[in-house]
Amino acid sequence: MTRINVRVDGVTYDDDVEPRTLLVHYLREQLGKVGTVVGCDTSNCGACTVHLDGAAVKSCTVLAVQADDGEVTTIEGLAQDGSLHPMQKAFHEMHGLQCGFCTPGMIMASVDLLRENPDPSETEVREGIEGNLCRCTGYQNIVRAVQQAAGEMRGGARAPSGDGHVSPAEVDTAAAPHVAGAQS
Amino acid sequence: MIPAPFAYARPTTVDEALQAVAEGGDDVKILAGGQSLIPVMRLRLAAPETVVDLSRVAELRGVRDDGDAIVIGAMTTHADVLRDPLVQQYAPLIAEATETVADRQVRARGTFGGALAHADPAGDLPAVALALDAEFVLAGLDGRRTVPAGEFFVDYLTTALGEGELLVEIRVPKLAGEWGMRYEKFNRVAQAWSIVAVAAVVRRENGHIAEARIGLTNMGTTPLRAGAVEAALAGAEASPEAVAAAARSAAEGTSPSSDLNAQADYREHLAQVLTRRAVAAAAGL
Repeated sequence: MTRINVRVDGVTYDDDVEPRTLLVHYLREQLGKVGTVVGCDTSNCGACTVHLDGAAVKSCTVLAVQADDGEVTTIEGLAQDGSLHPMQKAFHEMHGLQCGFCTPGMIMASVDLLRENPDPSETEVREGIEGNLCRCTGYQNIVRAVQQAAGEMRGGARAPSGDGHVSPAEVDTAAAPHVAGAQS
Repeated sequence: MIPAPFAYARPTTVDEALQAVAEGGDDVKILAGGQSLIPVMRLRLAAPETVVDLSRVAELRGVRDDGDAIVIGAMTTHADVLRDPLVQQYAPLIAEATETVADRQVRARGTFGGALAHADPAGDLPAVALALDAEFVLAGLDGRRTVPAGEFFVDYLTTALGEGELLVEIRVPKLAGEWGMRYEKFNRVAQAWSIVAVAAVVRRENGHIAEARIGLTNMGTTPLRAGAVEAALAGAEASPEAVAAAARSAAEGTSPSSDLNAQADYREHLAQVLTRRAVAAAAGL
């Protein structure tokens, strides 16, 4: 066993782990952070994405011992004071999920993308989340959600670029019926 | 799945790392960014006795200017390579290829040296290192030695790294004159591994191609130089026709595999097409 000291979602933990323990298993099984899920177990799907020291990583492809002295943010640490992170809100509003399994990883990867590129084009969003697979949505509303969140997070500080903000009115109502209020 | 149990060492210097490797028993694996090793260990395709984790060896990270070359520390992550101004200035081909490696999360952890030492034939950086005539600096308990890229890749997943040696840095010569570079890659959208890719480095002089260096990804068990194309291009007119004619010999001397992504003859076809595109772009055509 190896002793690690790691800060997860703002709380510091001192734990003994086996060196072979994957970060995702440590988060889920030792800390109960089951919001982070195991999807493919082959480093492909990105469902287990968390932030380690400020960068998005696949937590099934990092050893828990490698997070020693580090800071981890999971999907459970994203909301502040009970209000959803703008990315979480946008996924909800733009119907960026169906079954929801990929969603924690999608959101963590998208937040990381906006850290580097606050105003991504549609193509940049698609490339930025290429490490995350969704088998339900066809990605359309996920991309819209990321662009909506980008618009909200940029706030009024900068003029919208034209393609950054997507208002619900522009959304295909067949793809996102509840957004446009079609089903009242 | 979970990796088999192993002893874990986390050195903070190259000397400590070499010591840990020497003392680690018969089956030691060196963990760089872990983006290939951890998946392989999870599948139990590797079950090393000891894992030596280089992530805290600070001296192996970063890119520095060393006069006639830039020197990339083996533990520099793909994400850091991409953003590095020296790489962008002197070896933009490395940045261009690195951007196509895997995905954002993997690039945050995966390292330049790790990808080269792993030597996967479908990996993008070995052919780039070959085309740039990079040199590999290997450290052992007895000192350091330098191996040219052409001698580093020995066989499938096998390099010139000896027992107990570490890849510590990669020297990329600065190119003098007017050089253009291009990496052309063909892959499935949901899988960033190259089916085939071509790295071209071309020097133009007075409307002619003075020199071309072409590295092929996934056209054999190791990255290869397309020698026949290079010979045909040396001194050739810098025209689309001349480039297309030379590119027809891109598959000469290669031995591509057949797998679920492509048959060998399709890979040979891709090598020709991608070589034509890469050389044309690198030559500014």
